[in-house]
Amino acid sequence: MSDAAVDQSRRTWIAITCGAGAVGGVATAVPFVSTFTPSERAKAAGAPVQADIGGLQPGEKLTVEWRGKPVWIVRRTPEQLEALKLNDALVADPNSERKPSELTPDYARNEYRSRKPEFLVVVGICSHLGCSPSDRFQPGAQPSLPDDWHGGFLCPCHGSTFDMAGRVFKNKPAPDNLEVPPYMFLSDTSILIGVDKQA
Amino acid sequence: MAEFKVAPADAALGTKLMTWVDNRFPATKLYKEHLSEYYAPKNFNFWYFFGSLAMVVLVIQIVTGIFLVMHYKPDAALAFASVEYIMRDVPWGWLVRYMHSTGASAFFIVVYLHMFRGMLYGSYRKPRELIWIFGCAIFLCLMGEAFFGYLLPWGQMSYWGAQVIVNLFAAVPFVGPDLALLIRGDYVVSDATLNRFFSFHVIALPLVLLGLVAAHIIALHEVGSNNPDGVEIKAKKDAAGRPLDGIPFHPYYTVHDILGVAVFLFLFSAVIFFAPEMGGYFLEYNNFIPADPLKTPAHIAPVWYFTPYYSMLRATTDDLVNVFVGLTALAAVGALLKVRAGALVKGGIVVAGLVAIVLLKTFDAKFWGVVVMGGAVVIMFFLPWLDHSPAKSIRYRPSWHKIMYGIFAVVMVVLGYLGTQPPSPIFTLVSQVGTVFYFGFFLLMPWWSQIGEFKPVPDRVTFQPH
Repeated sequence: MSDAAVDQSRRTWIAITCGAGAVGGVATAVPFVSTFTPSERAKAAGAPVQADIGGLQPGEKLTVEWRGKPVWIVRRTPEQLEALKLNDALVADPNSERKPSELTPDYARNEYRSRKPEFLVVVGICSHLGCSPSDRFQPGAQPSLPDDWHGGFLCPCHGSTFDMAGRVFKNKPAPDNLEVPPYMFLSDTSILIGVDKQA
Repeated sequence: MAEFKVAPADAALGTKLMTWVDNRFPATKLYKEHLSEYYAPKNFNFWYFFGSLAMVVLVIQIVTGIFLVMHYKPDAALAFASVEYIMRDVPWGWLVRYMHSTGASAFFIVVYLHMFRGMLYGSYRKPRELIWIFGCAIFLCLMGEAFFGYLLPWGQMSYWGAQVIVNLFAAVPFVGPDLALLIRGDYVVSDATLNRFFSFHVIALPLVLLGLVAAHIIALHEVGSNNPDGVEIKAKKDAAGRPLDGIPFHPYYTVHDILGVAVFLFLFSAVIFFAPEMGGYFLEYNNFIPADPLKTPAHIAPVWYFTPYYSMLRATTDDLVNVFVGLTALAAVGALLKVRAGALVKGGIVVAGLVAIVLLKTFDAKFWGVVVMGGAVVIMFFLPWLDHSPAKSIRYRPSWHKIMYGIFAVVMVVLGYLGTQPPSPIFTLVSQVGTVFYFGFFLLMPWWSQIGEFKPVPDRVTFQPH
């Protein structure tokens, strides 16, 4: 180290140079990080999907792909609809009050979480970590399910359970009900997923 | 800067050549510092094979990886078929692929044993904290490599495993969903995700990994290796400044490690040729089905080396969060009663405890599951400062410490097993107990590691010539 006094103006200029260099470095990082965001092509994808539900029998499920995700259309039986009431005390959010704007459109915020009681339309992606739950429509005791099971869905990944309205049961890893996508009936046998207003 | 040396005129050609090189690149200096005059303790035991084995597996993974990339196609439409092409049509492609897939599991076996060795003999204690931290960073990097690599075959497990792990990031409050979007590069795991994971797997992380391995070894060679006695061999030196209990790494440990490598290659080959899938543990059966974004396999589990952490993730339900709240309150009350400090510090403890409890109850159990999973890895970085034991090596620690480390190992194996199983109430309860033990083991270590009767640590290493 030299004994010479520190030249403060040089120090100032070094600090300014380092600062300017850092600004340039961060500015250069912006375009690189931006490449991680969805491309224009990915953003443009995601058109509404039409599904024919004419052949769907009570108790059956149809899966259609919308924006790369499975959308389930389940035609519920009267017994399944009846059993929903029994789950009210067991589910975490019985009246679909959590994050209504994201999870449950106005027209589905009812005891069946659907436009028509018979037809359940939900995105089949668990609100925990994105697995697709499997069908467990059969009521009664069975592996990984409680003894008073009234039919619903079981997520194979972390054991979250949902009832026949896609409502998540309490004390499960999944925090929210299954998402109801925007949808509308074009006719009695046809459903459009991704749009819920007449253009 | 070294002096420019001139070899004598009558020196051998080899000597002249090395003099020429050494004047331009420190070849002889590096050779001496890291091999022929790097003194390692002479009492290394079985546990000390795993460091060199990790290097061997790293080389296997890099070499086989280079050859796999020559045939693999990182495209959602082609990836699955290109892996099958390697397995069926590329001459000997199956061998290269099985070496790589088995190598991934071998890497974790070797690294877990290497880390456990460090824990047993206190190899992370002063002055080796940075070796340990570089090592933990290597472990983190390896986990990244394994995760990114697992998506590439584009099978059902690849797809849904990636879906689950990327969604872990979505659990972060406020920025989570955007973060997950940034990682996927699409609204679902898709071709964009596959391409970037390929890039991370074959170039980005390997570069970081190699840098960290270099740092790990440079730090090790600076302070010197620990040993099963936890004795500093540099404390006793001969007249020439060589540690009395040290032997040159080359030829003694190079020969010694070649034996380890030979035995390892026997076992490694046995797996490659006779059980490359290892009953679904090394290559999961569901991954032989092409990725289907509409259908999650009936049972999904990560590969075995992630399952202990996966169990902890699954164990974090609302109940366990309530247990955490109780434990936080207990810790705060305990600290209030035990710690002798002013009102200000005590007030701070109360506020910190309350904030922790409010946060625990505010965010979803889902987020805390992610914190638990990440925390289980991150807590390892702090081990050098958690262990307050007067003796480094387990040999001179109280017998009940051996039991603690034994239970720790058993808990990891049990959590690992549970992570491969479908969820059930009993299994969840067991993994909750295991999770609490895991964190208790580390967080209470400053306290329990000092308790008990320690044995006297010798001045010199214990070694019987044979």
